[in-house]
Amino acid sequence: MQLTNRAKKTDKSEMSLFERSYLPSLATGLGITIRHFFMKKPTIEYPEQKRYLGPVFRGHHILKRDEEGRERCTACGLCAVACPAEAISMVAQERVKGEEHLYREEKYAAVYEINMLRCIFCGLCEEACPKQAVYLRHDMFVPVFSDRKDVIYGKDQLVEDMNHRYQRDAWTKEDAQKLWK
Amino acid sequence: MEDIKPIMFKVTVDGVEVEVAPGTTIMQAARKIGPEVAPPAMCYYEPLKGTGGKCRACLVKVAAGSAKDPRPMPKLVASCITPVQDGMIVENFTSPQVVEARKAVVEFLLLNHPLDCPVCDQAGECHLQDFSYENGVGTTRYEEERRTFEKEDIGPYIQLHMTRCVLCYRCVYTADQLTDGRVHGVMGRGDHAEISTYIGRAIDNDFSGNVIDVCPVGALTDKTYRFKNRVWFSKPVDAHCDCEKCSGNVQLWYRGDEVIRVTARKNEWGEVKEFICNACRFEKKKTSDWVIEGPSKVKRASVISANKYAGNLIKKPDFALKLAESQYKKIDDTRPFVSEMSEIKKSEDYKTLMQQNENYFKK
Repeated sequence: MQLTNRAKKTDKSEMSLFERSYLPSLATGLGITIRHFFMKKPTIEYPEQKRYLGPVFRGHHILKRDEEGRERCTACGLCAVACPAEAISMVAQERVKGEEHLYREEKYAAVYEINMLRCIFCGLCEEACPKQAVYLRHDMFVPVFSDRKDVIYGKDQLVEDMNHRYQRDAWTKEDAQKLWK
Repeated sequence: MEDIKPIMFKVTVDGVEVEVAPGTTIMQAARKIGPEVAPPAMCYYEPLKGTGGKCRACLVKVAAGSAKDPRPMPKLVASCITPVQDGMIVENFTSPQVVEARKAVVEFLLLNHPLDCPVCDQAGECHLQDFSYENGVGTTRYEEERRTFEKEDIGPYIQLHMTRCVLCYRCVYTADQLTDGRVHGVMGRGDHAEISTYIGRAIDNDFSGNVIDVCPVGALTDKTYRFKNRVWFSKPVDAHCDCEKCSGNVQLWYRGDEVIRVTARKNEWGEVKEFICNACRFEKKKTSDWVIEGPSKVKRASVISANKYAGNLIKKPDFALKLAESQYKKIDDTRPFVSEMSEIKKSEDYKTLMQQNENYFKK
């Protein structure tokens, strides 16, 4: 009984003397090997060369600043409540007079910490953020750490550098979906 | 002797019948049935006399006025101030007209309300958030500039954000009825109406802190709690103390093992029945000041129940560890070690074990 069309009929007829010497099969096999020498390599030399991971890759976290260089984060805690791994913690503080150029909102995160051992890079913090403050970079990995002290990332590692601002094709989920069309 | 039965009115709300005493409002009748049919309320506050009829959040349709006159009421009525009549049929969530009207009410309430929930301390326990989330639409059509106010200092304990106010007048009634000597009220009219104190007279009454609990939005918040924590990272615990002025029944909000806020207890409608004094609310912020009754009941739908309480500072009881320590026994290593199976089989231990096994698993 035939169930699928994928069955292959094998040739079970008697082999000739020439075929039984295995020389033709040997030559065909070697031919394939030699042909691959001259083909384009699909692999790259990874640590030195890196491949573009796409516009929606989720890597290193970043706390964005706005156009005037003020921190967008207002320590609302929505990223921390959305985080399934409970990696994010923060301490809020009220902005005082004279700090208007540093922080956009009335309240800001004095401490913002992400435990990178806990983080699973799901991107829920990015989705939860109402102020477009936290993003996961598509162009940067979290580096390998060798010490437990390096694991908790504070604001010094997370806040965006105004000289090297993080750019992205799509800032929202909807825009990212359009990229694929 | 004749039995004197009190006259009871039969009211139907969303198809559920309930018997209530005359003089009850539609809102109270619906609340008697349960939260599935109770209309939302932004300004009505049962413990305060005279509240209600301001926010229009509780509008319902009366499909039949009474048994004697079953004509429907011409317009939607505010359920919190409309008394019931015998045989009244009320439609709340079942009426598309009411649902549509509530969307409009949400839009009106949000006209001047700033979208600063990420900053606001009330977020997570805000009635306006709940109301707009459950009954409103996600977008706004308002394009004009929102109403803003100059910041006003009304004392060391209470923070007033006039921009967030929805003018429900609850705090004004609280000040009138709970505290003697009214020190704050509404000034101006219409769009310019504003909650304020008379210039230079801060609220220093003993029960003035209750306006914080009464406020459905974040217009009146606790200054001692300002920006300390988000509501959903703090763990509510019921506690009481002996207080001369008030009942002393409060809710403590913990971050780790630190009390960051004290509030009065709210019932299932978000209303405070036992108001607390300022000393309890603002000064007693140590666990030793209180007798803890146990964790408060939080609705499952609430973000507070997400169990994301900040800080792993909450110490677990060391009871289990102590038990393990007390029951710890060293293994007896003095028994002789025999490797030959034949010798083991000869031993007395083995024989008793086998005997026990046979007793257990009888053939």
